[in-house]
Amino acid sequence: MDGTEEIAIIGWAVTPMVRTTDKTEAQLLAEVVTDAVADAGITRREVDFTCAGSCDYVAGQAFSFVSNIDALGAWPPKSDSHVEMDGAWALYEAWVRLQQGDLDIAVAMGSGRSSTADPALIYPMEMDPYYLAPLGVDAVSFAALQARALIDAGITTERQMAEVAVRTRGDARTNRSAQVSGVFDVDSLLSHDFVRAPLRPHDLPPITDGAAAVVIARKDRALELCDRPVWITGMAHCAELHYPGMRDLRHSPSTTSAASWAGIDDGPIQAAELQTAFTHEEPLLVAALGLADDVPINTSGGPLAANPIMATGLVRIAEAARHIRDHGRNRTLAHATSGPCLQQNLVCIMEGSS
Amino acid sequence: MSHQPCAIVGIGQTHHKSRRWDVSLGGLVREAATRALADAQMEWGDIDAVVLGKAPDLFEGVMKPELYLTDALGAHGKPMFRVHTAGSVGGSTGIVGAHLVETGRHRRVLAVAYQKQSEGNAQFALGSGKGASIGAGGAFAPYMRSYIHRTGAPKDVGPMVAVKDRRNAFKNPYAHLRIEGISVDSVKDSPMMWDPVHYLESCPSSDGACAVVFTDKKGGEAAARAGRPPAWILGTAVRSEPSNFPGRDPVRPQAGIDCAADLYRQAGITDPKRQIDCAELYVPFSWYEPMWLEGHDIAAVGEGWKMVERGDTEIGGAFPVNMSGGVLSSNPIGASGLLRFAEAALQVRGLAGEHQVDGAKLALAQAYGAAAQYFSMWIVGSALDSAS
Repeated sequence: MDGTEEIAIIGWAVTPMVRTTDKTEAQLLAEVVTDAVADAGITRREVDFTCAGSCDYVAGQAFSFVSNIDALGAWPPKSDSHVEMDGAWALYEAWVRLQQGDLDIAVAMGSGRSSTADPALIYPMEMDPYYLAPLGVDAVSFAALQARALIDAGITTERQMAEVAVRTRGDARTNRSAQVSGVFDVDSLLSHDFVRAPLRPHDLPPITDGAAAVVIARKDRALELCDRPVWITGMAHCAELHYPGMRDLRHSPSTTSAASWAGIDDGPIQAAELQTAFTHEEPLLVAALGLADDVPINTSGGPLAANPIMATGLVRIAEAARHIRDHGRNRTLAHATSGPCLQQNLVCIMEGSS
Repeated sequence: MSHQPCAIVGIGQTHHKSRRWDVSLGGLVREAATRALADAQMEWGDIDAVVLGKAPDLFEGVMKPELYLTDALGAHGKPMFRVHTAGSVGGSTGIVGAHLVETGRHRRVLAVAYQKQSEGNAQFALGSGKGASIGAGGAFAPYMRSYIHRTGAPKDVGPMVAVKDRRNAFKNPYAHLRIEGISVDSVKDSPMMWDPVHYLESCPSSDGACAVVFTDKKGGEAAARAGRPPAWILGTAVRSEPSNFPGRDPVRPQAGIDCAADLYRQAGITDPKRQIDCAELYVPFSWYEPMWLEGHDIAAVGEGWKMVERGDTEIGGAFPVNMSGGVLSSNPIGASGLLRFAEAALQVRGLAGEHQVDGAKLALAQAYGAAAQYFSMWIVGSALDSAS
């Protein structure tokens, strides 16, 4: 991209994804930062900039990120920032920060312990406080509305949604961090009752505790430190109107815009990791991104195998980078999302050769 | 280096009050943003990206409010980004917005920060609803006592800061507190809240928002040609440090020293007190003015209170501080940092009205947060070479 510093992912780490951890968020972050900088072949001291993504409501405490700073080893003090967003947006801020050209290495983090509360009680709090939050509609109910719109439009079926669950959780068997994996049968999944019609239990993500960290570096340092840097060739995000009723839920134009700004049209995508917390979101996002039928989607298992809120998007970026560094692919895509019915979407495109 | 110049061409803020019950959260941020766009002579459609900052979501009870505020801030179809770095967040919001322009990601960026304290109860939220919160005043009082003990500063210094900032507030039409007849004696006669901080030495709880429009060199130069002077960003810096360990000095935190040193280096400043014309520092409790004068190497260690006592920090003094009335006069927490940053820009644009420092060409702004652990600072100038 013209005028853009070449920046690469040079290391990452994700915690084991579990229903309930006995560790604090700071402990989870300490683990992934330690492992990610080791993966990059550096020490904490060599990190010039840090940016974390977490959510006070998930933690159940105001200023919850302040105690997480212990995980950074911010002494001497660090150039540091925090976003009340998924760690994927923390990576976006870090990526922009390195483009200033004066710092070489940054770490982005995401962390969340959803086990400490009932997500169905928390998620209505992210809606418009005057007209939507009082309805108490949770994320699963909003997702069900979108799933219904997609089924009615012929974009997916309940069977195809079950097939997404079977495929991704089957693939998750090879992912050591995955929380939910195994061999499932579409017909037996479809025999279960709805959680919120048309969503059945298999259409929903698990409730997960976990964290992730990703190390990025400017070109010269990346080449010094890493045999196979994963170059971020484009990253962009885009929001849509908040009110689901004001949007056409059959489409995700903000995903399409973000992908276009990130340069998706510059070459074929060989694998994609999408933040599809619900099965029906996969066909919707695949269409919004214009991905070819043969592009492998969420071979890590995706959010249906582990959904550490506030880190789920950053894990997608790490998994898409893994495709390049460890599995020989050359151009992959990661997607992250926030808000009801995919209100806000981020796309990161990576390449193996500079 | 990808770094390109960034200009501030639009600034807006709300009238800050205890309770802005006349507006919703969306109405509050829109009031500030609309004024910033009008100042920049831009329309909503001219903005390429929005950055939103605020302190804890628990203060209003709205989680990730950037989602809901996307509509009110015209961010549909655009990047909407949310920053939260404790009390320094308003400053960080401005810095993140400026970096989007400096790196060439976007040409016109709107940064907005707000807090609507009347929607909730900050004291309750600080304790995460579990009670037992000592509040910010209780948390910072030991640091202030320690400062007095170390420096031997006379007890009147804090009240003098409170009087100066509240008198400055009368010159700022947007300021929240207007305390008629405030004097050092009346401050000292007000109830003791957290020794050494009297009631009248403490910031208010405010509803308010601030918005800043950033653009690139071309946009800044065009505004200048049209007779609308821009403020140029000459340096930005952030630093964080852990909350508690034996080697930490919370009275003069290393993160604040490092943040200022980084900033001065970027802007080519070797003698901040002489070269910088005025400063907006985050002073929620009176004693933080001398503490930050020392903490950011504007005054030598132990000398900050002497600047206050001499009247150096008055408008018209050798180094005016908080010409707007500061956090002591208006404290919509999440916006308080961006208000400091915006006031610094107003000064070098020559648009600060009655609280203008004559001939201000170079202005410093600072915000801090958590247990004096998070710092954000910038220096703005009336020209790209203001510091030389």
